[in-house]
Amino acid sequence: MTLRLDLQIISDWIPDGSRVLDLGCGNGTLLNHLQQRGITGYGLEIDNSKFPDCLRAGIQVIQADLDDGLRQFADHSFDYVILSQTLQAIKRPDFLLHEIMRVGQHGIIGFPNFGHWRCRLQLGLGGHMPVSKSLPNAWFETPNIHLCTIKDFEKLCAANRYNVLGRSVVNHAYKDTPAIRLLPNLFGETAVYLIQNIAS
Amino acid sequence: MPDSLPADSVGIVAPHTLHVKTPLTLDCGRTLPEFTLIYETYGQLNADKSNAVLICHALSGDHHAAGYHDLDDRKPGWWESAIGPGKAIDTNHFFVVCPNNLGGCKGSTGPTTINPETGQVYGPDFPIVTVNDWVNSQAILADTLGVSQWAAVIGGSLGGMQALQWAISLPNRLRHALIIAAAPKLSAQNIAFNEVARTAIKSDPDFHDGHYAAHNTLPRQGLGLARMLGHITYLSDEAMGQKFGRELRSGAIQYGYGVEFQIESYLRYQSSSFVERFDANTYLLMTKSLDYFDPAKAFNDDLSAAMQPITAKTLVMSFTSDWRFSPLRSLEIVNAMLTAGKQVSYAEIEANQGHDAFLMPIPRYMEIFSTYMQQVAREVNL
Repeated sequence: MTLRLDLQIISDWIPDGSRVLDLGCGNGTLLNHLQQRGITGYGLEIDNSKFPDCLRAGIQVIQADLDDGLRQFADHSFDYVILSQTLQAIKRPDFLLHEIMRVGQHGIIGFPNFGHWRCRLQLGLGGHMPVSKSLPNAWFETPNIHLCTIKDFEKLCAANRYNVLGRSVVNHAYKDTPAIRLLPNLFGETAVYLIQNIAS
Repeated sequence: MPDSLPADSVGIVAPHTLHVKTPLTLDCGRTLPEFTLIYETYGQLNADKSNAVLICHALSGDHHAAGYHDLDDRKPGWWESAIGPGKAIDTNHFFVVCPNNLGGCKGSTGPTTINPETGQVYGPDFPIVTVNDWVNSQAILADTLGVSQWAAVIGGSLGGMQALQWAISLPNRLRHALIIAAAPKLSAQNIAFNEVARTAIKSDPDFHDGHYAAHNTLPRQGLGLARMLGHITYLSDEAMGQKFGRELRSGAIQYGYGVEFQIESYLRYQSSSFVERFDANTYLLMTKSLDYFDPAKAFNDDLSAAMQPITAKTLVMSFTSDWRFSPLRSLEIVNAMLTAGKQVSYAEIEANQGHDAFLMPIPRYMEIFSTYMQQVAREVNL
C-alpha cells in the first residue's frame, strides 16, 4: 500500500530501527508502515473507534488526550515524536510542542498552512473564515482552534530554540511545485517539519 | 431457564477436578500439604497446545465462567458475554480454562473444605492466599494440562490483578495479558470498603470467629451487608438511577422503616441470594488478598521496576464510570509499562454501568476485545 505523500515524507526522515511515538495515530497506518522497517513504538489516539484497525495493524495504541501532554513518558524516551495534522486542534500547541521536544530527540510536525493564498484571499477579500481542502470545516464546527502559518510556526520554533532540521511544504495533493519552493508560505497548503532541541 | 441453549453459548458444561498431592508453600509462610482446584474448560486444546487461554476470576467469582450446568440453570456462567463460539474469547479457536481460586468456596481447597491434617473443615484456619499464590497454583494446573505457555491470561478486577501478576512472575508462560478494570494495588478507599465489609461479617453474632460451621449457623446478616456494600460500589450512580430511580414498591410512601424503594428491595434480594451461594470466610480471605496485592512493594514502590520482567504483550481496558477501579488506576498500570518500555495498548471504554461494566456486552468493548483476541489467534496460527 502506498502511503499518503506527507506520511511518506515523515517515513523517509525516520531511520530504520528508531523508537517512535505517533501522536493522533488514527487507524495506525503510519506506524504499521514504520514497523515493517523495524521501527517500534506507540500510537496515541483519543478516539477508540479506530482501535480495532490499529490492533489489526499490529501496533500498540494508547488512548490519550494530547491536551493533557505526554506526562506518561519519560524525558528523551523516543527518537522521534510525530504529530501529523493535529497541532491546529490542540488547546496549547506551544505546550504540546514543548512536551514533544521533552520526550523525543526529534519532533516531526505536520500542519495545514493558514498563510496559503486561498486562505488569505478568502479572509482578506471575502471577509470570511477560509474553507479549503485542507481546512474543510466551517468556523463553528471545526476541530481546528489554533491555526498558524509557516511563518508563525518557524517563529515559535525559533523562540523556543527548536532547530529546524528539515522542512517539506506541499500542496493539497501532497506534491511540491516550483511556486511552493519559491514562496512556501503563500503557495504551500501543508507543511511538515523535522525539529530538534538546540540544547540536546 | 432457557428453552434451548443460545447458539453462541458453549452449552452444557461440567467442572473438572485437579488434585495436587505436592505441598504448596504460600506467601504467608504456611504450606498446603495437598490441594484441589476445580476448573472448567471450553473449546478444544489443539495438538501443539498453543491455543490455551486462562480466565482469572474476580472476588466473588468461580470456575463457572460460561455455559450452563444443566438446562434448568437460570443463568449461564459469569462471563457468558465474552466467552463462546464467535465471541471475544472465541471457543472455535481457543481452549479456555477457568479455575476456582484456592481459598474459594466452590470446590477448590478453601475454608469450606476439609483440612487433611485435622479431618475438620478449615474454616477460619485456612491460610490467607495471595494473588501470587493463585498464579503459582494456576501454573500447576497449566503443567497438568500440558500448557507450557498460555496464548493469553485474561481477567477483570481481581482477575486483572492475577493476569498482571502472571505477566510479572512467570513471563515466559504467557504470550498476552488482558487486564480489565483493574488496579496495580488498592487505594486506601478500596481497603476501607473491604474493611467495612469484613467488619460487617465479623460482627454478626452468628459468625463465631469464623467457626460458624461448627455451630451449625451462618453469618447471614453480616455477609449480606458486605455484599450490599460491595454491590453499591460495583455500580455507578447513573446505572442505579436508570435501573431503579426512586421508584417505590407500593407506589406510595409508608413513613416507616420497611422496604419501600425498589433499590432497597433489589439490594436485599442480591444480598440474601449471595448468602446462599458464598462463604463468609472465603469473602474475608478474598478481600484480604485484594488488599495485599502490590507488586511494586518489593521494588521500593516503583511499579515500572516491577514490570521489567514482563515479555507478554498487554491490553489494558477500563470503563469511564468505574469508580471502584477508575480509569486512572488502569493508567497507573499502563504508564508503568510505558516507562518500562513494554508492549501495551490501552482503551478506556465509555460505559455507564460502573465497575460491573467489564461483565457486560458493551459493543465498543467487545469490538476491541474481539479484535485483540483475533490477533492473538493469528499469532499462534489458529
